[in-house]
Amino acid sequence: MAELFIFFEQIYRILFLLIPVLVSVAMIVWLDRRVWAFVQKRRGPNVVGPFGLFQTLADALKYIFKEIIIPASSNKIIFILAPIVTMTLALIAWAVIPFSETFVLADINVGILYLFAVSSLGVYGIIMGGWASNSKYPFLGAIRSAAQMVSYEVSIGVIIINVLLCVGSLNLSDIVLAQKDLWFVIPLFPMFIIFFISALAETNRPPFDLPEAEAELVAGYQTEYSGMMYAMFWLGEYANILLMCAMGSILFLGGWLSPIDLFPFNVIPAPIWLILKILFLFILFALIKAIVPRYRYDQLMKLGWKIFLPFSLIYVVLTASFLMYFDLLPGN
Amino acid sequence: MSLIRFFKTIFMIDFLTGLIMAIKEIFKPKKTINYPFEKGSISPRARGEHALRRYPNGEERCIACKLCEAVCPAQAITIESSEREDGSRKTTRYDIDMLKCIYCGLCEQSCPVDAIVQGPNFEFATETREELYYNKEKLLENGDRWENILAANINADSSHR
Repeated sequence: MAELFIFFEQIYRILFLLIPVLVSVAMIVWLDRRVWAFVQKRRGPNVVGPFGLFQTLADALKYIFKEIIIPASSNKIIFILAPIVTMTLALIAWAVIPFSETFVLADINVGILYLFAVSSLGVYGIIMGGWASNSKYPFLGAIRSAAQMVSYEVSIGVIIINVLLCVGSLNLSDIVLAQKDLWFVIPLFPMFIIFFISALAETNRPPFDLPEAEAELVAGYQTEYSGMMYAMFWLGEYANILLMCAMGSILFLGGWLSPIDLFPFNVIPAPIWLILKILFLFILFALIKAIVPRYRYDQLMKLGWKIFLPFSLIYVVLTASFLMYFDLLPGN
Repeated sequence: MSLIRFFKTIFMIDFLTGLIMAIKEIFKPKKTINYPFEKGSISPRARGEHALRRYPNGEERCIACKLCEAVCPAQAITIESSEREDGSRKTTRYDIDMLKCIYCGLCEQSCPVDAIVQGPNFEFATETREELYYNKEKLLENGDRWENILAANINADSSHR
């Protein structure tokens, strides 16, 4: 009986996290389109619901009723599995995101490693989708995506090492608590910029949306997908973007901490601060989508391997020597 | 690479300028209209949905000369005519296949009595193909409904004809 109770309690906690995440993914799609439209002096979706907030729900409903077409020459099992993998991996990563000191689904001690591993696995959904479609555009898109995500993961890994040097723990809650006095965005500002740009590349956002470059590859790895399967790719993609924003706010912007520990700010509940920081980063994502033209593929690779990787490696050495010299290493 | 260019790249000056510009653009008034609720102005010459007009006394204008049928490049118009009891030639059938029509306006230009005209209405989407095969009744009904605007438009454009 007691086990059953724990089981249901866990399910309840998971749903309590998952449903808000899915709803906010829908809202974030609306926000993305809206910001994009506003920069171009358009109105964006504004008809369905107040300010068009329910536009994504209407779109999702449309996708549900659309026919799912499976190409005859595709590898059917992998073809069907790919969007499921993308979506699942985008959602399970949320388990370790701490929304406040107490509200975290799985407070594991290797939280950041788990996050990094899961976001690295995300590329498999895309490769599976591109390969199983047995069609040239999805295949090219998947190859591009794989190379791009692997390249930028390297620099994200090195950036995470920078943060870990300052914290001395892989636990995400510890990382947030270590920023109580000073957010890491200030001492590690160049790393924050590089993390942000790498996150753009990691989530296939413009200006690095080469895997789905519609002018060259129709829709990249999504070309052969339709109906709910396409919608799942889409939701997974936006859940990943949200996750990257959450990761950025936890690593650099002090997670759930309020900017200053003064009266009007410290009464606002902790999760609200995290959501505000995620929103801030996401609006930056959306603005960049509106203003920056797409990179060429060789420029993308050059940026990743020749600039970001050496620069973040040098910064690791700088951070380490700084901490060593001033005897600021955590744990001392 | 010059020194200025180097610093511009390192500090992403061009990028930040663009970002600030984008943020400024957000608060500027919108260039698009809120379409289904507000509509843009339409020229008197706009070539929208077809209509068959009548004279003020209720008599059909069309004299079944079939010039529009002859000139129609898409061959969307089908006309059959017969002599009426009072000796005048009138159409018994006047069909326009709105799916074939390319909205070039040649029928309107060729008409000697301003009977077939293209009005300002462009929102006549339907759910089935069959509803877009217009017959004489539908076209005359359009003419009756839009007569005020059609007459005003023809009048406004008369000096250019």
